[in-house]
Amino acid sequence: MFYFRCVIGNQLSAANIECDLLMCIIKVKNLSRHFDGFVAVDNISFTVKKGEIFGLLGPNGAGKTTTINMLSTLLKITSGHAEVAGFDISKNKDNVRRNIGMVFQEPALDNKLTGRENLDFHAMMYGIDTVTRKARIREIFDLVELTDKADVLVENYSGGMKRRLEIGRGLIHRPRLLFLDEPTLGLDAQTRRHIWEYIKKLNKENGISIILTTHYMEEADYLCDRVAIIDHGKIVVMDSPKKLKDILGGDVVSLETDENPEKFISLLKELEWIKTIKKHDGFLDLTMDNGEKKIPELFNIAQSVRTKISSISLHKPSLEDVFLHFTGKTILEQEASQGEKNKKLMMRRMGR
Amino acid sequence: MINIKVVYILWLREMKRFFRAKSRVIGTLGMPLFFLAFLGFGFRGMPIPGLAEGVGYIEFLVPGIIGMSMLFSSMFAGISVLWDREFGFLKEIMVAPVSRVSIVIGRIAGGIMTSLFQAILILSISILMGFKITGISSLLWAVVFLILISATFIGLGLIFASRMRDIHGFSLIMNFIIFPLFFLSGAVFPFDNLPGWVRGLSYIDPLTYGVDGLRGALIGISSFPLIYNFTILVISSVAMVLLGTYFFEKSEYV
Repeated sequence: MFYFRCVIGNQLSAANIECDLLMCIIKVKNLSRHFDGFVAVDNISFTVKKGEIFGLLGPNGAGKTTTINMLSTLLKITSGHAEVAGFDISKNKDNVRRNIGMVFQEPALDNKLTGRENLDFHAMMYGIDTVTRKARIREIFDLVELTDKADVLVENYSGGMKRRLEIGRGLIHRPRLLFLDEPTLGLDAQTRRHIWEYIKKLNKENGISIILTTHYMEEADYLCDRVAIIDHGKIVVMDSPKKLKDILGGDVVSLETDENPEKFISLLKELEWIKTIKKHDGFLDLTMDNGEKKIPELFNIAQSVRTKISSISLHKPSLEDVFLHFTGKTILEQEASQGEKNKKLMMRRMGR
Repeated sequence: MINIKVVYILWLREMKRFFRAKSRVIGTLGMPLFFLAFLGFGFRGMPIPGLAEGVGYIEFLVPGIIGMSMLFSSMFAGISVLWDREFGFLKEIMVAPVSRVSIVIGRIAGGIMTSLFQAILILSISILMGFKITGISSLLWAVVFLILISATFIGLGLIFASRMRDIHGFSLIMNFIIFPLFFLSGAVFPFDNLPGWVRGLSYIDPLTYGVDGLRGALIGISSFPLIYNFTILVISSVAMVLLGTYFFEKSEYV
């Protein structure tokens, strides 16, 4: 039950929106949200293509959840413009709602109802008829492997089970787009892995577009086709995880050598695949692609000029390094300082 | 605009939650029953000025206590939006593609039903204590008044809920809104005994007409004509429901 709007508003046909209506599931242009006296989301623009897994990556308090809440019509926007599934998020809320599935950061289940009743509630809110509802709910329970717990009160579910039930619930009405707000927050490693595989499967097999927020670097790296790094309400940089990491120039191989590796260095300089060479307190830092495959070769070269290598380490750039590169802070430091700020804000509010 | 299926599922959820929380059922019955028992037996046979000829205090008190139970449970049902917010479930409701009016009507329908259930329980216990009702038509009239009282105060509860960040302000509302509304209504004594300016407040308390209407319906004696009470309550319930819906729609629940 979806249809395309043929006329695009003038403001959207501007050149800097690079994908057209048929390709995009989300279009955001200069979107902002202010809470009294503080800017949570600051003039962001991005697009999400159909069938894509798109990630908003950033520390807590960066504005990820606020963005998601605006796109899902739960929060009003302060300024800007956005379309989800072809519908304006301020003017056509019900059509936006009909096309999206939502999995919130904190559990949004009724603990006093059973798993099945929670799904029933959801299906009826979305106007699904009785026969379809029964079939789909059975299907969903199989999918999230909770069939044997279907008639247990949700208050007796574990954290991972609740999460799975919520993801399943978000799918009952067959949305074209799934919002996942910190899908694996607070889950153990095994459950996290399980949910990752599950999200990938949904995206591949059912072609559902997914937008997720996370502050776990490895989650964004593993799942997302494209990532927007967001900090202080602004998008700092946006691209595929691979390209983002490539910005840093590839793997870093650090060699600890003996006193005078000059001959060795001159040989290295002739090699095309070594991008940069940096020498600092007895160490040589070399950047290159596929470092792990090049290490044996480095040893051979060193041996040919009788340079002794006493230790070697390989560092593959992660999104963490990308974040550090662009913001000058690690995500943990950023969260710590953000936490301080929030605390102050809270104190101010309470003192009111 | 109003989606019956949505109203039904919200109502059903309220019913399931209510009857699963046995302690809630018993807990909400406790206060009205204690009021009824202790005030009823405590003041039994005492001359109370302003009471109509031939009306015992128990007869006078029972409709008042039923009105009180409606006030408490309905305000609570309105404010319980905040509990849903606290536990995150409100977001699940708000993100669904349904009109906000349907959501409010669903909550009101659920709230009326649970409040009505409590009122009928109290009435049944009163009958066991010796309270007499005049007949089936008086019972039907009482139900009409109960529904109107409930709608009025659920609407009011929704207004308060939309103005509050969390449930910590609830005790404030309990002490400074709910209790004054209860005492001003003349639920436990004839409000004519109040000093002049306070009596003025009684006239703007919808519960005054609710309790008076219940008395008219159940024991056949009231300060105002039944139809007068009925009209005022219809107006107050429509106004409160509309205002409650307006405020509910306006506020953000994340």
